[in-house]
Amino acid sequence: MEDLNKTPGLFKDVQEMVQSCIQCGTCSGSCLAASVMEHTPRHIWRLVQLGCKEDVLNSKSFIYCASCYYCTLRCPRGLPLTEAMAKLKEISAKSSQKKHKSSMDFYKYFVKSVCRHGRVNEVELMTNYLISTKNPVTSLKYAPLGMKLMGKGKLSFGNALKGNGVLDVLFAKVKEMEDRT
Amino acid sequence: MSYLYYPGCSLEGTSQEYNISTRALFSSLDISLNEIPEWTCCGASAAESVSYLLSLSLPARVLALAEKMDDCDQLLVPCSACYLNLKKVEEKVKKDPVLLENLNTILEAENLSLKNSTKVKHLLEVLSKDVGPDSIQKKTKKYLNGLTIAPYYGCQCLRPYPVFDDPEAPTSMEPLLKAVGVKVHQWNMGSKCCGASQMATKSDIAVKYVADILRAAKGADAIVTVCPMCQMNLEAYQEKVCSTAGEDLHTSILYLPQLLGIALGLSAKELGFDFNLAVSKGLRQKMVI
Repeated sequence: MEDLNKTPGLFKDVQEMVQSCIQCGTCSGSCLAASVMEHTPRHIWRLVQLGCKEDVLNSKSFIYCASCYYCTLRCPRGLPLTEAMAKLKEISAKSSQKKHKSSMDFYKYFVKSVCRHGRVNEVELMTNYLISTKNPVTSLKYAPLGMKLMGKGKLSFGNALKGNGVLDVLFAKVKEMEDRT
Repeated sequence: MSYLYYPGCSLEGTSQEYNISTRALFSSLDISLNEIPEWTCCGASAAESVSYLLSLSLPARVLALAEKMDDCDQLLVPCSACYLNLKKVEEKVKKDPVLLENLNTILEAENLSLKNSTKVKHLLEVLSKDVGPDSIQKKTKKYLNGLTIAPYYGCQCLRPYPVFDDPEAPTSMEPLLKAVGVKVHQWNMGSKCCGASQMATKSDIAVKYVADILRAAKGADAIVTVCPMCQMNLEAYQEKVCSTAGEDLHTSILYLPQLLGIALGLSAKELGFDFNLAVSKGLRQKMVI
């Protein structure tokens, strides 16, 4: 179930990260995606500072961050803005937020594939992701690419390490430490 | 000379020609690449969107495996996303002993440990700084005169850690291209974003980014890349990009080691050209491959 308050500590982390933002707007001016965002990066940081968590999470903004790191590079205060964007995605994922489900599913299936095999299986990732969208049109959009890659023999169906579950211990330990905080 | 080698997941699947050509190129440069045995995924940009601690633990595990190999402490990484994740751990741990302790608590469960003694290097850093254009030129057997190439760097080998190049106006590929007789296409898109995983999650936006890059490359015979994600976004969606933009933006896209490999006398087959999705007949004729 969706619960935006499931991880209050994470939002506080983001607030700390952008606490000293001076609202100069260099991030927005550097962001390739600013034009399609509901709130530009500068605006997001202000909303974060003011504690407007719902406004931030429910907007189509941080989800468009492609991690190009221009804002982080140029921020005159040296703030880790790309990491702050990722942290907002993390909150969305951990809150099972419906609004961004499709994007978050991609990241979740990626991580699941890694956990299962130790390495990403691109075929499994895209299959699970496209099934999760429950939208045959989306799947069809990727059909030409799939055919192209298959024709080239580039679709690897089994790059897993010998014996699945090589990362089980690491994943369990990370979860244990996250639950502790 | 030798390096530890971390190919990463993409180089075993959709970008195997990057792996093939990197290995072939370094072999002809007499540099050995020692692959980390049983390496695991670095988490790409996906892990960070799910868990911050996981996004550092995955690359930390790779670095811990690298430390177990005693032949060298320099790790060559061709994929920019893998490079950044590994570099991030190297840089963060240097400044944050508590983080190192936490990562070691996680790694201890597998009897692994991290000292942070490995130097993480991107393929482009190794080629442009360690190997250098002079060595490339000395080994060049086939000058690619008459070829104009647009060097595309992408984001994550440049930012946020500007280790070997200007993070906004990169030039490190230019001396390498010139060393093999190639003319460098002048453009300002070399460090712009290709959209990365947005091509899967928000493809309408990413298609526009790619259209802008391909349009700016007009006049060049090809774009060369140093990242499997950039390569895939630029080469694999060109039909969609052209139909959305309403113009012909078809462009040949190849990896830097493929281009340099041809100049060093390797065959197209040895460099994995059969796997490329966008290499035109015209380019093949010009390169005589």
